[in-house]
Amino acid sequence: MEKKTPIYDCHVELGGKIVPFAGYSLPVQYPNGVIKEHMAVRTAAGLFDVSHMGELLLKGPDAFKNLQYIVANDCEGMVDGQCRYTPLCNENGGIVDDLLICRINENAYLLVVNAANKDKDFEHIKKYVTGDCVAEDLSEGIAQFALQGPKAPAIIKRMADENTIPKKYYTFTVTEVAGVKCLLSRTGYTGELGYELYCAAEDAVGLWNSLLKEGEADGLIPCGLGARDTLRLEASMPLYGHEMNDEITPFEAGIEFFVKMEKADFVGKSALVGKENPENKRYGLKVTGRGIVREECEVILNGEVIGKTTSGTHCPAVGPVAMALLKGEPAEGTKVEVSVRGRTVEAEIIPMPFYKRPSTKTAK
Amino acid sequence: MNIPTNLMYSKDHEWVKMLNDGTALVGITDHAQSELGDIVFINLPVVGDEVVMDEPLGDVESVKAVSDIICPISGTVAEINEELLTAPQAINEDAYEAWLIRVENVTDKADLLTAEEYAEFVEAEK
Repeated sequence: MEKKTPIYDCHVELGGKIVPFAGYSLPVQYPNGVIKEHMAVRTAAGLFDVSHMGELLLKGPDAFKNLQYIVANDCEGMVDGQCRYTPLCNENGGIVDDLLICRINENAYLLVVNAANKDKDFEHIKKYVTGDCVAEDLSEGIAQFALQGPKAPAIIKRMADENTIPKKYYTFTVTEVAGVKCLLSRTGYTGELGYELYCAAEDAVGLWNSLLKEGEADGLIPCGLGARDTLRLEASMPLYGHEMNDEITPFEAGIEFFVKMEKADFVGKSALVGKENPENKRYGLKVTGRGIVREECEVILNGEVIGKTTSGTHCPAVGPVAMALLKGEPAEGTKVEVSVRGRTVEAEIIPMPFYKRPSTKTAK
Repeated sequence: MNIPTNLMYSKDHEWVKMLNDGTALVGITDHAQSELGDIVFINLPVVGDEVVMDEPLGDVESVKAVSDIICPISGTVAEINEELLTAPQAINEDAYEAWLIRVENVTDKADLLTAEEYAEFVEAEK
């Protein structure tokens, strides 16, 4: 039986189409449908219930030392209120999960992990924790929402003390939004401006409804897992279980920027030495033929299978695209064929991200 | 639920409309399009192809997933709705207006349901 997030009843009331996902019953879409939800995030704002995500806390005087050894990114220089993305590697250099680190203070780091990996991550992390440090699983008590889209800053501004709203990407504050105590971070998984809000499970319904009501005039609508996937794919963000898994290294997944090999030592480092230029790497594909390419489709170049797609669908703003793990370093513009359920569909290697939000630099 | 009474329905959620000249139009039901969500691609046979009852005549892709379209009748494809190849979202807009194929030389028909029976069938499937 799937678990319910604290606002499950709200999804049902809003007409959400509920599906099982990562052990939770979550809406894949609301009556507006995936395309409208997707476009709302690109042009106005969308609100997602991502309470299924896990929250682990690493705390104690030795928290930093432990974190530095456990994750692949370098946490040196992080300040309170800062977020950092990192892969979590196993001893073989494969990816256990990808996660967001929030530094609460020098002795407490919140790790936001994928729902499907939460238990695995917790066990993995506990294996390495030493000294005066403990890992705690706070997931059950925390609800998480993602407010994403160009109108998100204006909406939040009306709901929180402006001085307490995080201004920079990848920073957070602990503040009140609509009177609800929240961890408010300037982060997201859509390629748009936006925030993620963490609050106590018992405050979740109130906060969700306040956000929906406040944002309505700006075009904010609730969005489901379907739009979350098309948005992240369009922004070419990797998703665990697709572009990443326990066997794929961060170098193959194209997230090498978040692996700091010059760092003293970390779990997986010795296995990753010499693998910086892997045979298989993540590429972007645009479908030029007729059809939609999904995951697990063979990609063929000159009659030879060079890899498989890892994600793919029709993305509202850019059309049918896919990501694939391919060998042989095909150059941009290379024409390939993709085998889609017995049919061959033409595609072309194109640069990622497929979608980049328009610059919002304001004139001084 | 939108289920016109002048059509016949299959348990695979296709509709059939028998025309006066003995040919038949085939489409997917309003319930099916609603379950699929935003339709972004459709793969149809070509004119002259044989379609076989209970076998896929093509497939339809929504943002979420791909589904086979199971043909409720056997015969020869006389015409396809070419508009759908470039504008498959027409199926979401009106599933009964957006027919997929017209079939001639109809040789076999599944046990098709009336509108009332189909409504009961959908209800029972929930």
